[in-house]
Amino acid sequence: MLVVDSVSAHYGAIAALHDVSLQVDAGEIVTLIGANGAGKTTTLACISGLHKPRTGRVTFEGKDLGPVPAHDIVRLGIAHCPEGRRVFPRLTVAENLDLGAYIRSDKDGIAADFQRVYDLFPVLGQRKTQLAGTLSGGEQQMLAVGRALMARPRLLLLDEPSLGLAPLIVETIFKVVVALNQQGTTVLLVEQNARMALKHAHRGYVLETGSVTMQGSGAQLLADPRVQAAYLGE
Amino acid sequence: MFETIAQQLLLGLTNGMVFALVALGYTMVYGILEFINFAHGDVFMLSAFFALTLVGAWGVPGLDGATLAGVLLAIVALTTVFGAGVNWSVDRLVYKPLRKAPKLAPLVSAIGVSFVLQNVGLVWGAAKMEVFGGGGQPAAPKSFPALLPTTNLLGGSSLTLQVKDVLVIAASLTVMAGLYVLVTRTKLGKAMRATAQDPQTARLMGIDVDAVIGATFLIGGGLAGFAAVVYALYINTVYYQMGYQNGLYAFTAAVVGGIGNIPGAVLGGLLLGLVRALSDQFIGAQWQPAVLFGILILILVFRPAGLLGSTAREKV
Repeated sequence: MLVVDSVSAHYGAIAALHDVSLQVDAGEIVTLIGANGAGKTTTLACISGLHKPRTGRVTFEGKDLGPVPAHDIVRLGIAHCPEGRRVFPRLTVAENLDLGAYIRSDKDGIAADFQRVYDLFPVLGQRKTQLAGTLSGGEQQMLAVGRALMARPRLLLLDEPSLGLAPLIVETIFKVVVALNQQGTTVLLVEQNARMALKHAHRGYVLETGSVTMQGSGAQLLADPRVQAAYLGE
Repeated sequence: MFETIAQQLLLGLTNGMVFALVALGYTMVYGILEFINFAHGDVFMLSAFFALTLVGAWGVPGLDGATLAGVLLAIVALTTVFGAGVNWSVDRLVYKPLRKAPKLAPLVSAIGVSFVLQNVGLVWGAAKMEVFGGGGQPAAPKSFPALLPTTNLLGGSSLTLQVKDVLVIAASLTVMAGLYVLVTRTKLGKAMRATAQDPQTARLMGIDVDAVIGATFLIGGGLAGFAAVVYALYINTVYYQMGYQNGLYAFTAAVVGGIGNIPGAVLGGLLLGLVRALSDQFIGAQWQPAVLFGILILILVFRPAGLLGSTAREKV
């Protein structure tokens, strides 16, 4: 479904990604783990078009994303739920969700998806008219995920959904991610919480200073002594 | 005494409408780009010159009745389009290439564009048309014919409420209401509000941020063009530095209201118009700038974000 092929990316003169290749097949949850600054967020930015790779190619369902601007990539079926949640703080919860459906015009479908998001995260339904900036961190994360779902993506990019959240809320978010995946949404998940991510993912990649150093199934990586030493604190 | 105050309030209200319309252009662009378009006032000035050119070319002072009304509407419409076009072109030619440059670069360029447009105004002021005084004195103020009816609606009263006052206020309010609907109810409005808060994330929603910026300059320029006709018909004088002076006041209005805040620009514009009129009457016209900018400083000392500026705290 998604193929990242030998991508290198730079910010000015600083190299962020070096020759990164990875693949996500339809129906999978694939996770990308690694330390701070390893290039996880840049990888997602290169897929959603916020950052354009210097070399290499990103293709989605066979289509080269290189020349496609970010605002058209979401129209192809890729929704990016960015790091740090980035909800629109001075818009209400409902307005934020509505923006998630900006690319759509099927009124009935959008209404149904509003309901679907409120079913997944009941707290959002209770806070429809509240400004997003006044929500707690966990609620903002739920809103960010819900907003991404409003685009009806086939591939969902999630960047650090557990960052700074209480364990109970992290559980909720992961439960939703797994449920979404079972309903047919493919997920590429970037996480610092490697244990949680590997437990739920079909496959994983380890990113170190801009390069992929290990890959395998979630279970394999969980059992790998190098992963355990570096990312699981064992 | 009461009559004097009422009369000044009315004058302030009509002037304030013009300030508000121009202030909206500053504030909308600032809201999206955090950039002060110092050339905005000069788009207002050029629009007034454009309207005067149409007045001359169509021999408007000789018309009356329904023909005059129709021609005036056409002038309003065309000048609005003209202002929108000039503002949009300036953005595409000058500001857009600097989008990723440090913020000082477009700001300084805007000051440069302001001078360029003022010089275009000087060249335009030399147009060999009767309405431009034959073009002999480019810098001299040109008189814009008084085309709006000045019948006093209050008949025998010593107060005057002219038809043109009502027209100016009604037309301005209509335009502002239209803008309000556009920003709060339409898809473009949604895209503008999202872009103003977080352009990067707006792109992830599928919003073409560059097109939204273009639309913002179009709308702001259109408002300036509309305001220019209103101003010219009301004040009856246009000159090449009118954009500098009125632009400065309108910018002040936008800051007083809370730069980036749309209702704030309207509030600031009206407030500035009213204060200006009262200060002219009771303190003296020579004190006008001192009073206005004194108030600006006071407001900013006590409310640094402006009257309606965002003070809402955001959780991170």
